[in-house]
Amino acid sequence: MSSASPERALAAPWLEEIRRLAGSLDREVRLMEVCGTHTVSIRRAGLRSLLPENVRLLSGPGCPVCVTPAGYIDLALSLLDQPDLVLATFGDMLKVPGASGSSLSSRMGTGRLRILYSPAELPALARAGARPVVFLGVGFETTAPTVAAAFLQAAREGIRNLYLFTAFKTVPPALRALLADPESRLDGFLLPGHVSAVLGLEPYRFLEEPGGLPGAVTGFEPLDLIEGILALLRQIAAGTHRVENSYPRVVRPGGNPRAREVLAELLEPEDALWRGLGSIPGSGLRLRPPYRALDASARFGLPPVWNSEPSGCGCARVLLGRLEPEACPLFGRGCTPESPIGPCMVSSEGSCAAAFRYGEVRA
Amino acid sequence: MRVERLLPEGKALVRQDGLETVVDISLVEHAQPGDHLIIHAGYAIEVLDSAEAEERLKLLDEAGARDKRPDSA
Repeated sequence: MSSASPERALAAPWLEEIRRLAGSLDREVRLMEVCGTHTVSIRRAGLRSLLPENVRLLSGPGCPVCVTPAGYIDLALSLLDQPDLVLATFGDMLKVPGASGSSLSSRMGTGRLRILYSPAELPALARAGARPVVFLGVGFETTAPTVAAAFLQAAREGIRNLYLFTAFKTVPPALRALLADPESRLDGFLLPGHVSAVLGLEPYRFLEEPGGLPGAVTGFEPLDLIEGILALLRQIAAGTHRVENSYPRVVRPGGNPRAREVLAELLEPEDALWRGLGSIPGSGLRLRPPYRALDASARFGLPPVWNSEPSGCGCARVLLGRLEPEACPLFGRGCTPESPIGPCMVSSEGSCAAAFRYGEVRA
Repeated sequence: MRVERLLPEGKALVRQDGLETVVDISLVEHAQPGDHLIIHAGYAIEVLDSAEAEERLKLLDEAGARDKRPDSA
């Protein structure tokens, strides 16, 4: 391997060991990442083409926008029927079609939709007027503490017109669901880097129990991903299944206790509906009783969310690793990032969008 | 992003690639000037472990040096 950089020089022996281990296994090895940023990094770096033929990287339900049921978008749109209500959201929710086919982007220019870079903007947005402001809480354990910090700050300031419409999800219960799914046939998990920065390693320990799978907390640079893949292959070859930390420069074994404390002050687990996976016990986050008055669903009388897939859209199966994005009949034929049909093509972290932007051919 | 200066109300001035911005550090209250932060949606969620980061840089340096030797494969 010619080495134009220290990164390549360091990666070369790791890739060589991956090839050797994969060769010794003599079967297909299916590794799943459960993190949208991993999805993009793997595709952007062209990592799949560097791996042996029998090592398959699958993207799981790690894109927060993608796992949000279509009905949530319809309910968010229905909130705009409330007079004067302002909807605040991260920008990646804008183009996701609801079950009705409409998306939030159809309401741009009405002055009622605010795109935020950070939840830290929420208290000032709510303070700016008496109008109710509803934040669309979509994300995993990395995002939820930041939103909790903003809502707790608003509560301390006595702000009473800020509401949360929660669709937060938590990763470990989804891993449990994938582990129990006989069709997934997985051999290991590349565990999410920034979710794990908050959680630490303990919430994944169930992977070490009988029937579990190897897990490696992995960073986002190409080298980090190669290191994580190697860690998993070493475990698979040795017939073990442990939770390893391959990203120690960011992830502490105990995670970030302060972030979890802030999250747990505002939010508590509840059952939640995922696109693709259905309802998973304890995999969502709702407002704790002292903060229920901030719940947009209760305040504005919203019904429960529901799943609905656009006709022909394979997103739900893509999220489970059952369908490669390129194998979906709509991929690139009617469904593109410019004109997406399902959320996996909408979000920049979606498997289909990443596959479309960084399309690669196996060597 | 590197912390330049701590600001009131749980904020910090950070710098990356010559650009300065303000982030919320209320989730990493131990952050100090000189620390590198992992930022998510305007909030620092963790402080980079400098010893671990240097370990990786050392590995890279060694790999780079090894690779430059005329007899390297």
